[in-house]
Amino acid sequence: MIRLEKRPMPSRLWTVLTPIVAVLGTMVAGGLMFALLGKDPFEAIRTIFYDPLFNDQFAAYSRPQLLVKAGPLILIAIGLSLGFRAGVWNIGAEGQYIIGALCGAGVGLALYPSESFLVLPLMVAVGALGGWAWAMIPAVLKTRFNTNEILVSLLLVYVAEQLLASASLGLLRNPDGGGFPGSRNFQQWEAAANPELISGTGMHWGVVAAFIAVIGAYTMLSKHMLGFQIRLTGSAPRAARFAGVNPVRLVLICLGLSGALAGMAGLFEVTGPAGQISIDFGSGYGFTAIIVAFLGRLHPIGILLAGLLMALTYIGGELSQFMLGVPAAAIQAFQGMLLFFLLAVDVLSNYRVRIGKPGVA
Amino acid sequence: MAGISIELLLASLMVAATPILFAALGEMVVEKSGVLNLGVEGMMITGAICGFAVAVETGSPTLGFIGAALGGAGLSLIFAFLTQVLLSNQVATGLALTLFGLGFSALIGQGYVGIKPPATPDINFGAVSDIPFIGPVLLSHDVLVYLAIAMTAGVWAFLKFTRAGLILRAVGESHDAAHALGYKVVLIRSAAIVFGGALAGLGGAYVSLVRVPQWTEGMTAGAGWIALALVVFGAWRPWRVLLGAYLFGGITVLQLNLQAAGVRVPVELLSISPYLVTILVLVIMSSDRRRVAMNAPAALGRVFHASS
Repeated sequence: MIRLEKRPMPSRLWTVLTPIVAVLGTMVAGGLMFALLGKDPFEAIRTIFYDPLFNDQFAAYSRPQLLVKAGPLILIAIGLSLGFRAGVWNIGAEGQYIIGALCGAGVGLALYPSESFLVLPLMVAVGALGGWAWAMIPAVLKTRFNTNEILVSLLLVYVAEQLLASASLGLLRNPDGGGFPGSRNFQQWEAAANPELISGTGMHWGVVAAFIAVIGAYTMLSKHMLGFQIRLTGSAPRAARFAGVNPVRLVLICLGLSGALAGMAGLFEVTGPAGQISIDFGSGYGFTAIIVAFLGRLHPIGILLAGLLMALTYIGGELSQFMLGVPAAAIQAFQGMLLFFLLAVDVLSNYRVRIGKPGVA
Repeated sequence: MAGISIELLLASLMVAATPILFAALGEMVVEKSGVLNLGVEGMMITGAICGFAVAVETGSPTLGFIGAALGGAGLSLIFAFLTQVLLSNQVATGLALTLFGLGFSALIGQGYVGIKPPATPDINFGAVSDIPFIGPVLLSHDVLVYLAIAMTAGVWAFLKFTRAGLILRAVGESHDAAHALGYKVVLIRSAAIVFGGALAGLGGAYVSLVRVPQWTEGMTAGAGWIALALVVFGAWRPWRVLLGAYLFGGITVLQLNLQAAGVRVPVELLSISPYLVTILVLVIMSSDRRRVAMNAPAALGRVFHASS
């Protein structure tokens, strides 16, 4: 008879091992899925995980893409992980990402065609502010009216998507665009462009910001009082209250920070890789970042690695779509599966598996 | 405001409310057993495509709805296994269900874009449906509209009057006490989760087979999340959930009609109104802490691990 026995502390070994086990499990299950779709599973897995980095033909193009995709994922996931640790569930990062991009782009476009070097920094600040403000809606409703932040933040994603559609058709539409939807292209306007900093690496300001966020979050969690309060609230909310942690303040900080980071990610995306505000600007980074945060064990370094891995599945997914005709939706299902496996094997880090009859206590 | 007929509005309100009513009822039973399943959206969209595919392949809407219920229940089994057996975090697992469901449904649905499903016939009430006003509003629908209402009554009676319903509520209030009394907490919760999945699947299929009716990716567009909010709105009581669903159905239909009538309100404002109203209602309902605490299952979202 198999029993689970709660560990007094999560196992350190399994905390590190579970993501690896989960990735391997997902490869097997995903391979099965590709086989059912009539594709060679080994070839599909190799196309997703190996070819983007090492294939002679594509690697030159796809390797830089790794940082381009990982940047926003890591930036958003770092913010989310702080809240998730404290039991504050912001799952509307996609909305904050969109609103951040809209606000930042709006301010930028109002200054067009200024050539001042301050345009991009100003846009970044306003983008972060926009994301922050959008996240403050669930935060204030939570602290003031005890409203569930999960539902509010998620519902606001749909609102943000409508605003995005409206802005790209109306308010922010390119006046010289011949009536086509979408804003001016920021890449063609030097003062507002977020270009590739080192040619051939895919490194842009958003990636730099993501690395800074990783270091900042790591320092805060291990050295700073706020980080301690976040960790304490997550593991023992009552003890945290007795220790003088202000739960209202913590909710406001966690949601605010994650919103600001998501908004910044949106702004870096719109001025860089995406180039413009358009109806399909929201690409689901805000949702994938949730998987990244969990895959990285809510730990900054883990998130860095998880973000790179998830970026790889994006690029590999596109490649397998192009090479093998694997449908785009299969990659989405694949990413969802990864989260399933991760949550499933998580039991190993929190519980011991005992086989046999319970002993005498 | 000319061009909007009250009769048509009320009739389409009942149709618009049915999918969220199914999903919300199912989720209510799940939450009554102490489990928070945030994967409603994923189960709905899976039900939507399963129902659509089965109905198109077999030509029978009835089989389609059965397939949808099975599809939703199947997906919810993953949730049940992860949260009940492997003791995973319910919030995260529910999110995973939604993310996976959206991808999975898009994958199955590739071959079904642009196809018309077989029509679900309206029930023929005979001469009764000729009664002015009542006839076109209440008696001009397909069987699922009435099934949803019957299901509301059924869930209400089950929770209030049956022993099984009492046990389900006990498990949701205190799993440790229920376990000590010898009830199989994991089994009871799993059954509730599967029931919730089946109803969410039905709701999804109602969107793809009757309400729209065709298949597009992500077509449930947040209905699952609105259903989750409805459970809070209804304070975990079936008839209030029904009332809430009809209210939201009304808002949805009204804003669509206003868009079509070309009222001088920005289209975006009309499209976001169902979401904004949902948030507003959530705020109003949850601001009274005492009332929420009285009705919400005490063990909601907590992991059950039998230590002995």
